[in-house]
Amino acid sequence: MSAAMGGTGERLMQASDRNSQRERKFAHRKRVNKVALALSLAAMVFGVFWLVWILWETVRLGVAGLTWVTLTQMTPAPNETGGLANAIYGSFLMVTLATLVGTPVGIMAGVYLAEYNPKGWLGSLTRFVNDILLSAPSIVVGLFVYAVLVARYKTFSGWAGAAALALIVIPIVIRTTENMLLLVPAGLREAAYALGAPKWKVVSSITLRAARAGVVTGVLLAIARISGETAPLLFTALSNQFWTSNLAQPMASLPVTIFKFAMSPYENWQQLAWAGVFLITLAVLGLNILARALTRSQT
Amino acid sequence: MEAQTAAPAVNSKISVKDLSFYYGKFRALKAINLDIPENKVTAFIGPSGCGKSTLLRTFNRMYELYPEQRAEGEILLDGKDLLTSTQDVALLRARIGMVFQKPTPFPMSIYDNIAFGVRLFENLGPTDMDDRVEWALRQAALWGEVRDKLAQSGAGLSGGQQQRLCIARCIAIKPEVLLLDEPCSALDPISTGRIEELIAELKKDYTVVIVTHNMQQAARVSDYTAYMYLGDLVEVGPTERVFFKPQRRETEDYITGRFG
Repeated sequence: MSAAMGGTGERLMQASDRNSQRERKFAHRKRVNKVALALSLAAMVFGVFWLVWILWETVRLGVAGLTWVTLTQMTPAPNETGGLANAIYGSFLMVTLATLVGTPVGIMAGVYLAEYNPKGWLGSLTRFVNDILLSAPSIVVGLFVYAVLVARYKTFSGWAGAAALALIVIPIVIRTTENMLLLVPAGLREAAYALGAPKWKVVSSITLRAARAGVVTGVLLAIARISGETAPLLFTALSNQFWTSNLAQPMASLPVTIFKFAMSPYENWQQLAWAGVFLITLAVLGLNILARALTRSQT
Repeated sequence: MEAQTAAPAVNSKISVKDLSFYYGKFRALKAINLDIPENKVTAFIGPSGCGKSTLLRTFNRMYELYPEQRAEGEILLDGKDLLTSTQDVALLRARIGMVFQKPTPFPMSIYDNIAFGVRLFENLGPTDMDDRVEWALRQAALWGEVRDKLAQSGAGLSGGQQQRLCIARCIAIKPEVLLLDEPCSALDPISTGRIEELIAELKKDYTVVIVTHNMQQAARVSDYTAYMYLGDLVEVGPTERVFFKPQRRETEDYITGRFG
């Protein structure tokens, strides 16, 4: 800027200078913005592409095999007609049992971590161990239950399958319960204590209730997770060609049946495997939608 | 600091004697001596961090939720020290109710919000419980607005209604003392006006202690005012005297806005 310029002129020059500088900078920012947008869109399309393809193949190949016979008849021998009824029933039994066992244990442990001992050494240790359990591959859980139950009692069984699934449910429920309870504002707790409520009453009637939707969501996601688990069942419940409610016997399940049938060379087995995949996908999708609906209704 | 008596003429419901309070190592209250007169409204004023909420939270031992906080000294409720370990905290809190800055409706129906506290201490039949809920809501000047939606969630009410619900919830267990910790700071002027009217009504039956940032509010609602600064009780007396003829220079500076 020339020193000879008059005061007002100089100020004007400076203002227009500043503006053009701003415009240059702004144009640059706009370009960066466009690039970032394009990149994130590409990433999104990449992800959705595979997801849609998977779903499409599942529907295309699964729907064809999905008939009344599939839902009502037992798993067939190669090249004979049959369905998945025993596998569906076995999955239902073991998943229900695992959820019934794992949910209360998980919720109570989560309550302990969030409400009773958030900072103590036992709480920290529990949290650490739970995090390991949460990320442990499910095949490890399967082998563990194999060693503890199957090898000891010398038989694959529905009980062992349910136990393995429960061990997967527990860490998920602990984690979500703890996180959801920590989101409950401290003021709500204080208000309940200020009325003279004892701790168990505050936890059961106020904080757990305030976190209810989140906790239920965690349970639903855990159910969705275990209904597709194969590895832990392969070593524990194995499979069964027949309809059985006897949990002391080997028990069929959808994932293991899919695994067995999909690897086989027989066309009817392969088709049933696809039907099973379709059923599991449908169930998991339903659970996820339910979980979303619950979280939304809370907020 | 020497004992300051707010009101020698009236009964004191709560007497604070040589009370010190610690957050870990930090001493937030320094040997406070104070009498809270019965069936009057006492306001605690002072700049942020002066210890007024801390003092209020010692009266119902709210601080005990946090292990690093502790109180030393005596607080007499009707002549009996409430800080002793033999005093049951739940029973104490039934006698000394508290309403917080932010309205905190419980995640349940309006009816159950009120009934929750009552059920902790009394076994009422359905009719008696209905009567108690109505009585509490009437006392809190909320009955007319919610009588047709008692089964709806308390979270659906407006901020001012929620705060009156919290007051009703507190009154429902028939306490003797009401502690109000900045009850209007999250409310609009109309809701604030309602609550101030309510406080004037409530002092007939209850001893009220209110913490407020708003000096006009203290002047409007209280009979006695205590000015606190940096953990000390600087001055306490009838509100009119504290506001118009403060005896301490610091009080005058704060009230006239030269400081704070």
